[in-house]
Amino acid sequence: MTRTSPGIVAIALLIAAFLLAFLVVPVATVVYTAFSNAEGGFTLAHFAAFAEISLMRESFANSLYVAGMTVLFASLLAVPLAYLTVRFQFRGAVIIQTLGVLPLIMPAFVGAAAMQLLFGRSGSLNLILNELFGFTLPLMQGLNGVIFVETLHYFPFVLLNLAASLAVIDSSMEEAGQNLGASGFRLFRKIVFPLALPGYIAGASLVFIKVFDDLGTPLVLNVTNMLAPQAYLRVTSIGLEDPIGYVICVILVVFSIGAMGGSWWIVKRRDFAIQSRGGVAAPLRKLTPWQSVLAYGWIGAVMLLVLSPHLGILLLSLSKVWSFTVLPEQFTLVHYATVFEDSTRMIYNTFLYCGLAALLDVVLGTAIAYLVLRTQLPGRQLLDHMVTVALAMPGLVLGIGYLRTFRGVDFPFIGPLTASWLIFVIAYAVRRLPFALRSCMAALSQVHVSLEEAAENLGANRWHTVRRVIVPLMMGGILAGFVTSFVTAAGEISETILLTSRESLAPMSYGIYLYMQSIAGRGPGAALGVIAVVLIGLGTWYSHHIVSSRSPLDVPGEKT
Amino acid sequence: MTPVSVEIRNVALSFGATQVLRDITLSVKPGEFFALLGPSGSGKSTLLRLIAGFNRNQSGQVLIAGRDVSAIPPWQRDVGMVFQSYALWPHMTVAQNVAFGLEERKLPREEIRRKVAAVLDLVELTGLEARRPGQLSGGQQQRVAIARTLAIEPQVLLLDEPLSNLDAKLRVQTRQELKKLQKRLNITTIFVTHDQEEAMTTCDRIAVMDQGVIQQVGTPMELFDHPVNRFVAQFVGSVNLFRGTFTRDAGALHFSSSAIGEVALPASLKPPGAEGEIAFRPHTIRMSVGHPAAVEGEMRLTGTIEGEEFLGEFLRYDVQVAAARVVVDHAHARGEASLATGTPVTLSVPAEEIRFIAA
Repeated sequence: MTRTSPGIVAIALLIAAFLLAFLVVPVATVVYTAFSNAEGGFTLAHFAAFAEISLMRESFANSLYVAGMTVLFASLLAVPLAYLTVRFQFRGAVIIQTLGVLPLIMPAFVGAAAMQLLFGRSGSLNLILNELFGFTLPLMQGLNGVIFVETLHYFPFVLLNLAASLAVIDSSMEEAGQNLGASGFRLFRKIVFPLALPGYIAGASLVFIKVFDDLGTPLVLNVTNMLAPQAYLRVTSIGLEDPIGYVICVILVVFSIGAMGGSWWIVKRRDFAIQSRGGVAAPLRKLTPWQSVLAYGWIGAVMLLVLSPHLGILLLSLSKVWSFTVLPEQFTLVHYATVFEDSTRMIYNTFLYCGLAALLDVVLGTAIAYLVLRTQLPGRQLLDHMVTVALAMPGLVLGIGYLRTFRGVDFPFIGPLTASWLIFVIAYAVRRLPFALRSCMAALSQVHVSLEEAAENLGANRWHTVRRVIVPLMMGGILAGFVTSFVTAAGEISETILLTSRESLAPMSYGIYLYMQSIAGRGPGAALGVIAVVLIGLGTWYSHHIVSSRSPLDVPGEKT
Repeated sequence: MTPVSVEIRNVALSFGATQVLRDITLSVKPGEFFALLGPSGSGKSTLLRLIAGFNRNQSGQVLIAGRDVSAIPPWQRDVGMVFQSYALWPHMTVAQNVAFGLEERKLPREEIRRKVAAVLDLVELTGLEARRPGQLSGGQQQRVAIARTLAIEPQVLLLDEPLSNLDAKLRVQTRQELKKLQKRLNITTIFVTHDQEEAMTTCDRIAVMDQGVIQQVGTPMELFDHPVNRFVAQFVGSVNLFRGTFTRDAGALHFSSSAIGEVALPASLKPPGAEGEIAFRPHTIRMSVGHPAAVEGEMRLTGTIEGEEFLGEFLRYDVQVAAARVVVDHAHARGEASLATGTPVTLSVPAEEIRFIAA
């Protein structure tokens, strides 16, 4: 069966052109700028200049340190939780699933301001500690603050990936270890953890990339001696001509792709084909009373930490004055009034940009999924690979790439693209496309080909088959992809602050960032943050609801 | 090392409301190759996992070398288990897999190397030390699993369906090697299988299990020749079984059954009561065409051929006798034609091949 027609080829070319224009060319421009001199020839002089500046060397070291420490602390938090849920019988499973989602629904930079008030030098915790014991903890000082905030935000990536990996290990693998004399922590270290390594590495490398590339959190915490803030400051203060900013971008891209490729290579090389030959899943182990105390204590402590940014931002949004006290002393709703008066435009912008970006994502995702899974088009895998690379592309790099590539380029009807609101839609769509594509691919691979063949057999042409059979059957996955794209775009900050050329174009995330710059703006900023979190939370809940309410019965002909 | 005994005394185990083992009592002699044979769900694997320490008995005792091990965790039991899935760790090489138990016992590096080499030599895998499990064939993986278990020189060796993942030909070869290895090492071995042929060809004694209860324990020949109940008779080999009543009339013995009608039994036989079952194996039946003269001391049945299966060594006939089907195995000679459907035949079973099973 060959399924290559001129229409299919045209669609594939259109998608390829879009990805080329808004992913490949901007990134290539950034890389080219970093390696070219004034005459356009190849040079390493910019890299040499970068290495000459002590602030740059320091920033580089700091970024590596922060990303590494965040991976370490996120692992310390997540590994015990993952092991508990998968191997033991206890009631906390729902709590841990909640733990896995809660941090992700609030962008890290939003929580950062609240974390200052709770854990900063004169924050709630340190006021109490100082009062009772006469000492304070420098949790939020300098790089510590970035590590702390990022750890709480990103540890779910390790938790969710590791738990998924642990769950598929044949229980006889562990029993064989026990049978030969291993138990407790040794069993975990020598057998269980190495077997779950693919999941752990996937989660840990993602955390590393996200933290290494993050711009919003360090900026809100006023930490500028890291790579991403330096690139931003160079480009915005010195200008788009400053080569150091591009050098930093290249470093960010190399480390991100390196971390992603490295994790893929490690997992590939170690031959983890789990051989399942009729092994039986053992019943979950029971916790001893002692272990229960430890487990619930640990979960309680993590829960408290995880909820602290959420609670902090809520308190901040409702407080009239909150400074040098454990809790706010007077409460007010005035910040919400301010936000609704001043910032309705931003809320509207967020819905417009993110809605259109998410729509673009699912349309592209569905089309690419169809091309990859249902046609024999030569080179169709290339589309998939290009989209996957977008996953490792820092928002900062793409933002700078857009500014550099499209500055002065006038499009018919819309004028300069970088001054138009369309640039937000495109930027958001490109970086979220990998998530939407996974979602659409999963949905389409569940639809049996015979269902389409039946439609064609009864006289429907390809377009009708797609519209009347395939898309309805994929709808759950498409909706989930839409919501994921929407909520992650709503919390995006790196691209947003670079691309916001005037305030009337700004979405909510920019508004929060702007408010948080001043002490007086913290209240309205927090109020806007609460609104954003509620929106994102509802969206996340809704997408969970869509995905989990789809029973296999809803998809006839599902592959088993 | 002197072999040890394994004793199970009045062990019971339930998962929730399901009783998986009911009052199991069993004694495995030192150095014995012992099989737990039964259909799936009979509790045989649960009993094996109980001996390894992965399941806990709710009552009764498990004794190894006379010592109650019920409270000892799996990692201290010194009971080696070969898993049905082999459970070879894909992140370790063959040598690392085999060395694992020795490392856990904190043996000196040099001794570990020597023992790993010796045990790999024993299972004829020398040269594959650096391979990963995924690079081995099924048969090689199985031998690594055995080597890994034997390396720790366990007191007892447990084998959970070790042959079920091999193809038919390799299975026959492997079970012979397993038997030789067991005799050579003289290690008390308990073997779980659902395949009666596997159990009979390899093991010294067999416990037949069904529904969490031990039905019968004995040597393969004892089980085959003297099954104590219907389940054992049917599970070990093929059998013709008919329920009915026995009456003795002036020295002559009669069997009356709704299935095969009225039949005269050899007078020398002693049925266990007025009611019960007679059992006779297909290969003990002599079949002749037509109605030959009766022979003293035989049971005679008349019927017609209803169907046949050619199995190579023998022909298996379905013979309609009254309202029942009787299975008859007839040794095949080269060139011999099979009997056509509808052919009237007489079946004779010698008195010593007829077993009674009490009602």
